[in-house]
Amino acid sequence: MNHTFTFTIDGVEVRGRPGQTIMQAADEAGIYIPRLCAHKELVPHGSCRVCTVFVNGRPQSACTQPAAPGIIVENETEALLAIRRSLIDMLFVEGNHFCPFCEKSGNCELQALAYRFGITAPQHPYLFPKRDLDASHPDIFIDRNRCILCGRCVRASRDLDGKNVFQFVGRGPGKRIAVNAKAALADTDAARTDRAVSACPVGAILRKRVGYAIPIGQRMYDAAPIGSDIEAVRADPHQ
Amino acid sequence: MAKPKVATTSLAGCFGCHMSFLDIDDRILKLIELVDFDKSPVDDIKKFTGRCLVGLIEGGCCNEENVRVLQDFRAHCDILISVGECAIAGGIPAMRNAIPLEECLRESYLKGPTIYNPTKTIPNDEEIPLLLDRVYPAHEVVKIDYFLPGCPPSADTIWEALTALLNGKPLDLPYPLIKYD
Ligand code: SF4
Ligand code: SF4
Repeated sequence: MNHTFTFTIDGVEVRGRPGQTIMQAADEAGIYIPRLCAHKELVPHGSCRVCTVFVNGRPQSACTQPAAPGIIVENETEALLAIRRSLIDMLFVEGNHFCPFCEKSGNCELQALAYRFGITAPQHPYLFPKRDLDASHPDIFIDRNRCILCGRCVRASRDLDGKNVFQFVGRGPGKRIAVNAKAALADTDAARTDRAVSACPVGAILRKRVGYAIPIGQRMYDAAPIGSDIEAVRADPHQ
Repeated sequence: MAKPKVATTSLAGCFGCHMSFLDIDDRILKLIELVDFDKSPVDDIKKFTGRCLVGLIEGGCCNEENVRVLQDFRAHCDILISVGECAIAGGIPAMRNAIPLEECLRESYLKGPTIYNPTKTIPNDEEIPLLLDRVYPAHEVVKIDYFLPGCPPSADTIWEALTALLNGKPLDLPYPLIKYD
């Protein structure tokens, strides 16, 4: 049976189906809930908290919380914008994000969220941590300076590539992305075409010899904010 | 009525932001009608001659002289703006921040592959400003009122900001003008 129910997001009535998360129902309704660690083809992780919404007044991650009849969801409020901006701010200062020479710039989801939120400078002090880079593999590299620990590569490698190349090690501030091999990325069966590579939302896992292939002005988030594709569903009355 | 004054400086930057500023092209004629320049490389005035409405800061602080100049700007300007990636985040100079200063100096003057330094000395003259332990974004040294991101911010971004502030309007950059590269 496929009975639907309704609930509201910022006062707008939205249709949901049993088994759907709030984020999935919102996407179908053309309402964008900002996110980083969530990815349409991957099991939700609920770790970045950027998709935090208030459900009947309580904070929940929209990527993991099931949609349910009659719930009242708050998404685009001043309070939530402040929380999300702060999360994005912290991701910037916790790593080393030198956007001007990053090959991902213009196509990076972290940067795109900062643009969407109108962030011109972080409010927290920069930490400038010492992080390393693994360029041992002939076709791809990991730059841990830019890793935001979203776990998308871990899930994509395990569930889409069937390889299990990536894994987290350490805890708290010492947590980092590692590879399931004796020493380095070159010792794994990771390949240039792996979904794990394209799943990385930032410039932490990149293909070599691509460089700055797309001219400025034509990159993914140059003209329209991240989430515009989802919001277009709502704007188009024929869908 | 006297025109409001604008001051600019390049700290630990590459002058790219100033180049982008000049990229406003013939709008600079309009700007000259609206403002006078005070301390700035644009007119080569070295010392503040009085109070300024707007100060534009390019670059972060990598040495003690940068800190002094930045504090001087804060003392003389009503509105202080960080212009560009280096002022806002440290930028390329801040790539040394994860490396101890001593190691940076050793690599630059003693151990680097192309070094010719027969006396094996690291420059240490009182005329040379002392390096800080790391590079600091401007807003971690003094209070900054506005930020214009970009490497460099486009001429349009700088123009938009200056005209808004000169007309007493709040600075609210439209989406396409917020860029970190
Ligand atoms: S990963 Fe994204 S935010 Fe980080 S440096 Fe690259 S473009 Fe900037
Ligand atoms: S490498 Fe990329 S995909 Fe993997 S955890 Fe880091 S940011 Fe996420």
